[in-house]
Amino acid sequence: MEKTLAKDFASEVSQVPGGEGVYMCMQCGTCTASCPSAEIWEYTPSEVIAMVKADMRDEVLSSSSMWRCLSCYFCTVRCPRDVEPTSLFHALESLAVKHGYKPKGTTTPVVYDNFVKSIKSNGRVSEFRMMLGYYLSTNPFAALGMTSVALKLLSHGRMPLSARKIKGKKDLDLIIKKLNEIRGDQ
Amino acid sequence: MKSYTYFPGCSSEATAVGLDISTRAIAEALGIELKELEDWNCCGSTPYGSLDELEAIAVAARNLALAEKTKLDLVTPCSSCFVTLNKARVHMMKPEVKSKVNQALATAGLEYNGSVKVRLLIEVLMSDMTTQKIAAKVVKPLSGLKVAPYSGCQEVRPRFGFDDPENPIALDEIVEAVGAIAVPYASKCKCCGGSAVISEQDLCLQLMYDLFKNAVESGAECMITPCPLCQMNLDAYQAKVNSKFNTNFNLPVLFVTQLIGLALGLKEDKLGLNKNIVKPNKILAKYL
Repeated sequence: MEKTLAKDFASEVSQVPGGEGVYMCMQCGTCTASCPSAEIWEYTPSEVIAMVKADMRDEVLSSSSMWRCLSCYFCTVRCPRDVEPTSLFHALESLAVKHGYKPKGTTTPVVYDNFVKSIKSNGRVSEFRMMLGYYLSTNPFAALGMTSVALKLLSHGRMPLSARKIKGKKDLDLIIKKLNEIRGDQ
Repeated sequence: MKSYTYFPGCSSEATAVGLDISTRAIAEALGIELKELEDWNCCGSTPYGSLDELEAIAVAARNLALAEKTKLDLVTPCSSCFVTLNKARVHMMKPEVKSKVNQALATAGLEYNGSVKVRLLIEVLMSDMTTQKIAAKVVKPLSGLKVAPYSGCQEVRPRFGFDDPENPIALDEIVEAVGAIAVPYASKCKCCGGSAVISEQDLCLQLMYDLFKNAVESGAECMITPCPLCQMNLDAYQAKVNSKFNTNFNLPVLFVTQLIGLALGLKEDKLGLNKNIVKPNKILAKYL
């Protein structure tokens, strides 16, 4: 089978599901103007897209910027060029993870990692285990500041401590394993 | 009676158990049959796709394949499940994604052919049930109750064919159908911060403060939302907002399904209202 090799960073991004729209950006800045978290991005949303197109692979993938995305999708519905920036930032996150980049200044990747671990162990997310895993791998003392919220959820029957395992957990394992085999072949 | 395959989502078993309880209760009262999808798994939500988009699509697609066998529309009350399952559905229209994911699904004896409709409960209530029919079943009109309808983000964005992403009106129409007043306010579809409340708490508390301030200044006595994450944030973190900003917000945040249930004459425990942290006692005293 003929393969298309990634020539530059933008084409690499465009091959990740969600990253297809990168070439369409015209730098109007609507995404940045619409972003509720733009003030804490290392580079603003539109800057990140410009950097992808300028082939600044290392700077983008090592940045914490895209990890600040709240997935509110305001940029996506407002973008006049259908770039779908939200999905593009998720594609950048997945490339950063794949290539072992560890962004400084944000622990959001640790939240996501614990979330996915919870799915992979049981087939469903246990919010309690996800939070516990997050605080143990970041700052266990910060968990103290969360006790008031956690106790409220617990006392209202909203934070079961045990995780519920689905019957098809083995099926889910097989699906994930097979997908990675297929992907590895290509 | 119209039947649907029901996808509760993981939060329905924990932080948003009140959403699941009230959804099932109003479905029964309105004559809608919800058959829970057998052995569903987590949709993957935003985090899975952020770490590994293709794997996330495969995990979500197990649900689509299971749902396809039921030949019914797949209905979820959760905004995030709605978006995530729809995104996977759209990705599965691409031949190269579909081929890889279906090869993976085959190891579990499953296949997804692309026929499932993923729908949000609110949209089903609006389109199939209609607000007229809901209004006709109201036994306790919530007359005079001022409600701030809060859609949050993923009920209306990205656009999967439901409501306006900048100025949504579905929740307003439901509020009016149950006899209450939908107060107009600017923040009805702004972001509460979602799951970032864990890792970006300062930012999220600021976003929530803006929402509360705007809703209260518009005269709201409570907020309603369909979203499990929004409800959890606005309910469980309201005290944190108060201590950070030196405010005294005491705004009950109900699931839209709980509001509908009250008007249908269902009792507090049938709607999971005892699970709410900011107690809606004033409302209950007036209308229950």
